[in-house]
Amino acid sequence: MNMMSEAAVEKALDKKMNDIALKMIGKDVSVHYGEKRALYDVNLNVRENTVTALIGPSGCGKSTFLRCLNRMNDTIDNCKVTGKITLDADDIYDPNIDVVELRARVGMVFQKPNPFPKSIYENVAYGPKIHGLARSKADFDQVVEASLQRAGLWNEVKDRLHESGTGLSGGQQQRLCIARAVAVSPEVILMDEPCSALDPIATAKVEELIHELRTNYTIVIVTHSMQQAARVSQRTAMFHLGHLVEENDTDKMFTNPDDQRTQDYIMGRFG
Amino acid sequence: MTNIVSPVAGAVSPAAAPRRDIGIKRRYAAERRFRAYGIAAITFGVVFLILLLSTVIRNGYTAFQQTAITIPVEISEKLIDPDNKRATDPSVLIAANYPAVVRDAIVKQLGIDPSKRTEVREAAAMISKGAPIQLRNLVVANPALIGTTVNVTFLADANIDSANKGQIDLNVPEANRKVSDTQIGWMNQLKSAGAIEKQFNTGLFTSGNSSRPEAAGLGVALVGSLYLMLIVLALSLPIGVAASIYLEEFAPKNKLTDLIEVNINNLAAVPSIVYGLLGLSVFINFAGFPRSASLVGGLVLTLMTLPTIIIATRAALRAVPPSIRSAALGLGASKMQMVFHHVLPLAMPGILTGTIIGLAHALGETAPLLLIGMVAFVADIPGTPLEPSTALPVQIYMWANEAERAFVERTSGAIIVLLLFLILMNLGAILLRRRFERRW
Repeated sequence: MNMMSEAAVEKALDKKMNDIALKMIGKDVSVHYGEKRALYDVNLNVRENTVTALIGPSGCGKSTFLRCLNRMNDTIDNCKVTGKITLDADDIYDPNIDVVELRARVGMVFQKPNPFPKSIYENVAYGPKIHGLARSKADFDQVVEASLQRAGLWNEVKDRLHESGTGLSGGQQQRLCIARAVAVSPEVILMDEPCSALDPIATAKVEELIHELRTNYTIVIVTHSMQQAARVSQRTAMFHLGHLVEENDTDKMFTNPDDQRTQDYIMGRFG
Repeated sequence: MTNIVSPVAGAVSPAAAPRRDIGIKRRYAAERRFRAYGIAAITFGVVFLILLLSTVIRNGYTAFQQTAITIPVEISEKLIDPDNKRATDPSVLIAANYPAVVRDAIVKQLGIDPSKRTEVREAAAMISKGAPIQLRNLVVANPALIGTTVNVTFLADANIDSANKGQIDLNVPEANRKVSDTQIGWMNQLKSAGAIEKQFNTGLFTSGNSSRPEAAGLGVALVGSLYLMLIVLALSLPIGVAASIYLEEFAPKNKLTDLIEVNINNLAAVPSIVYGLLGLSVFINFAGFPRSASLVGGLVLTLMTLPTIIIATRAALRAVPPSIRSAALGLGASKMQMVFHHVLPLAMPGILTGTIIGLAHALGETAPLLLIGMVAFVADIPGTPLEPSTALPVQIYMWANEAERAFVERTSGAIIVLLLFLILMNLGAILLRRRFERRW
């Protein structure tokens, strides 16, 4: 055993600590919006079937990093991303990667519930339709029901699937958006402050849902609420001014963080 | 004066609340004044609208009625086919002396001595000069009528029509009027015999143009305007919407697209007569399309309508919330799927409203049509957009230049028809908007 090189020892230790596989790996990720730099060489890994929370004060780059993970930043005109992000073994910024396929694998739920102004059924069925995941009416019925079940919305809406999705309450709309994301069977679901527009009861329901979704999906969630990060996540990453300050197990992060800035932020001294 | 020293060093004395000079009275007065200005402006507009509509309707409603004279006509063989050759030579039926048949009929009805030529001529003038042609068509279609007496309804001459509608001032000396006292007497005689009556003026919608007001109609103009609208709709809607989608959703934002945007806005403000000149030189002189054809008119009006549609469509696309776009892209929709599945349906009400406003504008446009020759005298209804035609506003323009009294009511009647079409189109725009409107 003492023949083992130092690197190999470290690797073995790492493996023991993180015996959960890494789903996405971000290496030296930097983002520029025109002249302005929003992220500085962020190295952050996302573990499989884990909820990773990104916290930090407003404008710290946590949403920017999240949007790098499914290349939503591509839709912003003067945004430039450097560094490397992999999903399993694929470099997602590789020119050969199809962004449409990437976004089918990495789904997204937005801050404000944004159902399409169509029926609940059509909202959920839209993703499977454009990705050719379902062919027959029965297929669609099945995927719609399964997705709404997953999102915990089925019992509330099963009698009014053909009413408009915009007629639901805010919390129901957000769960509909989650069902819509789930319907294309993604591997990773990104959530950008999914509860910031919801009341506490709806928030509790969504958090419960996130907890259940973890068994099937890898989740990355941006949140402003420290309590929420503590409640739903297993890993937490703290951003400040475009830098990744600290990444740690959530328990450790909220009890004994390694970095003074994390401590200060969690205690409410700034932010 | 002694300074009261505040008990706490450095603190401002809270004794007197800061005097607030917010001028509540002045503010309310300003608000009242502004409301008064607004009401005055609206009243001014409404008064003129009512004035316009009441003038047009007062002058024009009579155009929808037409005086007709129904008299028994003896279709005598002696006058039409004296040599009895119609079995071998049908052209005698066409060349026959129908004016004499009509004249004899009215003379007989009024009981005038056929030897008094002035009176006979005056009596014959009471019936439209189109009557002999009407009779000829009747006989040619059914030669069995020859030798019988049938009741035929003829249009009255335009002057008798005006007199019957009370539009001729009988206090004017007889020599200065178009209708003589004798004719008025005969008219009343026919009236008491029940031979003269006002009927709905179907000819106004079906006949082509004519120099005889009683036979002039909007048929050609209506068909011409219909062709124009169809061509403008078929060309400007797809081109305009495609151009705006490209500019708004796909084109890179750079100096070139800025320049294009500025130019589109400028084109919307170019006087329409300039488009007429463009159409004349490009479509008629260069491309060799026929003059006076509604095809060329439609192309010119398409060019004129495009900027309006593009501006309205871009505004409608921009009004679709970005969250819908993110939602579609986040699900893995391509940009084109995002546009056609989500953005375009939501922008549809705005696009349709813009399109119909553009079409309504094109429907009322006169100047460019004058330059491409759509101001011609066209009597036959065009079968295709390549045949000579006029359009509603041009027909109004032409009738407004006519001298006869009967064209005055027809001009206003045509304006009413045009306004009705515009109201219908705007109603359509409102209904479509309601139909497509969705909440998000």
